[in-house]
Amino acid sequence: MRELWQFTKLIRSKNAGPFELTFDIMFKDENCFREVMASGKLSPELIAQLYKVNLKQVKFFVIESLLTVKISIPRPVFSGDVGDTDVYGGQFHGPLVQLQVETG
Amino acid sequence: MKKIKALSATGNLSTGFREETLVSAVQQGAHFIGCDAGTTDSGPYYLGSGKPRGPRDGTKRNLRIMIREALNARIPVIIGSAGHAGGTPHLNWTLDIVRELARENSWHFKLASIDSEIPKNLLAAAFREGRITPLCPAPDLQETSIHQAERFVAMMGIEPIQCALNSGAQVVIAGRCSDVAIYAALPVLEGIPKHIAFHAGKILECGSAAVAQRFYPDCMAAELDQDGFTMEPPNPTFRCTPQSIAAHNLYENSDPFHLIESGGTVDTTSAKYEAISDRAVRVTGARFIPAEKYTVKIEGAALAGYRSIVVAGIRDPLILRQLDTFLGGLRTVLERKIADSLKLNPGDYTLQFRVYGANGSLGQLEPCPHVEGHEVGLIFDVVAASQSLAQDILPIVWHTGLHHPIPEHQGLISNLAFPFSPPGADMGPVYRFCANHVWHLDDPCKPFRMTLENL
Repeated sequence: MRELWQFTKLIRSKNAGPFELTFDIMFKDENCFREVMASGKLSPELIAQLYKVNLKQVKFFVIESLLTVKISIPRPVFSGDVGDTDVYGGQFHGPLVQLQVETG
Repeated sequence: MKKIKALSATGNLSTGFREETLVSAVQQGAHFIGCDAGTTDSGPYYLGSGKPRGPRDGTKRNLRIMIREALNARIPVIIGSAGHAGGTPHLNWTLDIVRELARENSWHFKLASIDSEIPKNLLAAAFREGRITPLCPAPDLQETSIHQAERFVAMMGIEPIQCALNSGAQVVIAGRCSDVAIYAALPVLEGIPKHIAFHAGKILECGSAAVAQRFYPDCMAAELDQDGFTMEPPNPTFRCTPQSIAAHNLYENSDPFHLIESGGTVDTTSAKYEAISDRAVRVTGARFIPAEKYTVKIEGAALAGYRSIVVAGIRDPLILRQLDTFLGGLRTVLERKIADSLKLNPGDYTLQFRVYGANGSLGQLEPCPHVEGHEVGLIFDVVAASQSLAQDILPIVWHTGLHHPIPEHQGLISNLAFPFSPPGADMGPVYRFCANHVWHLDDPCKPFRMTLENL
């Protein structure tokens, strides 16, 4: 069992405008990319559950040419609104970093 | 075959660049210098308050170098999203700096300013005509909420900038503007196909952010022709790689392959990125899909209240092990006290306990919301209808919190470590974004008001 960050060179979150959050997960190499994708752990279902959004609202892109997974979801609170905790959306990726990935 | 060299001074006008990089890039034959000065990333405060974000002196330094070099080389300077939010006060703040620079340096040039703030009655009329439609997700926008909001801007595409360039302006200061449009306007005017100009604009808009490793903010350059464009950083110590350029397409976009702009969508699904040296990348293969209807995006900010906060630490392990109960009990006591003292119901204000060390960063999305460390940082966050009301609520909150009991300690305790005296501060007005809509236009230039000025 390893954690997601051990397969990647970059995991980040950021606003995509004030109403959406976007996550970029860039893998170290093809092997790392394949292992994580084959594990099935990183999926739209996981994102929906972890970030408490409807599965239909999860945009999930697997970009093989860049060994990257990109995910976008609606913000739980719009950027800068009274209840927001992270105006730039730069720390929402936190729970993904230590995602437990089981590889064969 | 005509080639256009586009120079991006830096990712944000307030961030800056190295003077020697910009000077040498202009000398190498740039056809224009562009720079983005704004974003909605920093939240709704700037649009709502009308205040700029950037430091004035830093912005002036950057504009001084850009305009000086552009005047020497007889090329235009294009600034988009002036003063951060692109409203009328932000535009005027930037124009004031430009006029001051012209005076101080005895420069003479034609200045175009393009105001993108939309008067509320105009927007309300467009709303009534059904020309304002929501994107997804969007706040609920109604005619009444338009009138109650503080300020709206429309995000211009390439056309108003092209109009300013066609009028002979050498410095164009645009209000709220698509980042891409800053860099696509002139190349499209010169006959570069839109799919090339818009794709290059997307890579250029963050300055040197698209290099393999950005050691500090600096310039970026692209050479555009009929078949594609070549990205090469003018700073000789920076490198672009196919990976760094392609990856930049992802940044701050919700969709990695479809970039929606006024007038059409840039589809980069089949784009190719090839290294042509160890520092330069050739990009080809994007498509431009024209939109059926021309729209511009609307941004708006409305006042949500006034905030006062207190910062405190908690180190007592007995409080920390029951922090949720402690804060829950405190809230109950506070609601009663605030009602008794100020005749306010909980619905009249918001009181948030922001617990750093538990779920301060992620709020309701935190999967591990319990305290695990030996201390927490706490922000008591009050938002009320006026600053004086928030000021009245705040001392009740922190003083009650300071002495709120726990069963393990018998006698009066002081639970909160305040680093400051006074313990809190007023944060001023709080705004919220109140629109994520598009406006259907017959004329892409119509809501934007251009003014020409000979300095």
